Amino acid sequence: MRKKNGALMCVTALVYFFLIGPLLVIAAASFSETKALKFPGEGFTLDWYKQVLTMRSFIDAAKLSLIIALAATAIALVLGLPAAYALNRFSFKGKEGIKTLFLSPVLIPCIVLGFIMLRYVVNQYDLAVIPSLLIGHTLLSIPYVMRVVTSSLANFDFAVEEAACSLGATRLYTFFCVVLPNIKSGIASACIMSVINSFNNVALSAFLTGPGVNMLPIEIMSYVEYHFDPTIAALATLLMAATLGVMLLIEKTLGLQSVV
Amino acid sequence: MKQKKNRIWLLLILPGTLFITVFMLIPLFSLCLTSFFPDQSFSFSSYLKLFGDVYFQQTFLRSIRLSLLSTLLCALLGYPTAYYISKHSRHKGVMMALAVFPMFTSPVVRSFSWMVILGKRGIVNNFLVWSGLFAKPQDLLYNEFSMTVGFVQLFLPQMILSLIGVMDNISDDLTLAAGNLGATRLGSFFHVVLPLSVSGLVTGSVLVFTGCMTAYTTPQLLGGADTRVLSTMVYQYAMSLRDWTQASVVAVVMIAVTMLISSLFSRISRKINPVA
Repeated sequence: MRKKNGALMCVTALVYFFLIGPLLVIAAASFSETKALKFPGEGFTLDWYKQVLTMRSFIDAAKLSLIIALAATAIALVLGLPAAYALNRFSFKGKEGIKTLFLSPVLIPCIVLGFIMLRYVVNQYDLAVIPSLLIGHTLLSIPYVMRVVTSSLANFDFAVEEAACSLGATRLYTFFCVVLPNIKSGIASACIMSVINSFNNVALSAFLTGPGVNMLPIEIMSYVEYHFDPTIAALATLLMAATLGVMLLIEKTLGLQSVV
Repeated sequence: MKQKKNRIWLLLILPGTLFITVFMLIPLFSLCLTSFFPDQSFSFSSYLKLFGDVYFQQTFLRSIRLSLLSTLLCALLGYPTAYYISKHSRHKGVMMALAVFPMFTSPVVRSFSWMVILGKRGIVNNFLVWSGLFAKPQDLLYNEFSMTVGFVQLFLPQMILSLIGVMDNISDDLTLAAGNLGATRLGSFFHVVLPLSVSGLVTGSVLVFTGCMTAYTTPQLLGGADTRVLSTMVYQYAMSLRDWTQASVVAVVMIAVTMLISSLFSRISRKINPVA
């Protein structure tokens, strides 16, 4: 028993080294004094962090990425929440079909989604960059909202809603003051997943960004094609710190288990 | 009353349904239609032309080969890891969090980290030269090797998490009972634990395979000009060569292959384990 445990433990340790190690390498390299990015680095400096925080292109791209991610998630919530509620609350023909439709954007490869959006939506209706990005990222977010909210509504006892109604509350009031508070943790985890997913997305944005308007992952990708200095390592480390912060926040409030 | 209820659900699903239909479904149909009507009349000519092209054949086979290889590696590495975390680890919460962390980290950052590690002056090459295994730094980047490494690191967490999900449901009493009835530890593993965890293995494999088939960032950053895959090919045709007809055909092939293989996987799982 002990011996088998040992072998399994070794494999697990190696796998985690493989998963996390590269991220630590980046973090370590971001403090190196050398001009070229290398690991192990030499010396210790925070200059690369100073530099990345003064680079307009990165700051603007990060702002845009965050705004699009939040706005797209909000729109997806407005479109998805009522539908998820209807699917759980009412019985009607074609229910499964509607559910599949709301989950379907996740089945289409992002690179294809970006391409067809560009060809048949952006060019067709002559859309500007920001609305096209918003529409595309909303499509990405709808399945997250649908999946998580549907499963938390499945655990909700609709008898409570009936009770509120029979006691004289209006439907709308009941929805906002009785149903919504009961599924708020589901909604919160759906939103977090959707924001992270949208913020990190590359394939869709690669097709939809325009001249002068860039999303952060795209900006980073085009930067590393020509430069290989610790600036990107510093930026990556900042992003990882943010990710860690979000994860700690989730763990404190919802519990990480509810998100994955 | 019934009439009123009917109208409510319609009102609730209508906005989302319209949004997805207008911005995704109709474009998707247009994509398929135009790929079959290259010159106003129905024909398979674009597809025949594409599949006759040696460059496409290589790309197509490379996509499938790398995705299968990465799926296999994820299964081989993920299975013992998930088993250890689910059955033996005392720090399960921490281990799960450490698996989730890379998943939440941008694929750009994760691919970039391999560019640092596997580069000409990266730590791996330094070690190879220092140890005397090779006289000079090797080409570890921008080839199928670096792409596979990137894919496995990108999708391994998903495999581990889907396996832990099913393994947690396998009661320890079952393996104990098998032991009491005379099964060896290896026997109880193969006859009890493995069959009960196949569904997680299949779910994980579908996630990893479709992930690899459709990933764009990793092959773009870690692959080279002569190791393109379907997703980078779509981008190349559409944005660099401005050949939208070819891009459409490749896109349709990509969707078809991804869906075909996913349904194949789940059919296999039903055959092995009809209960799950």
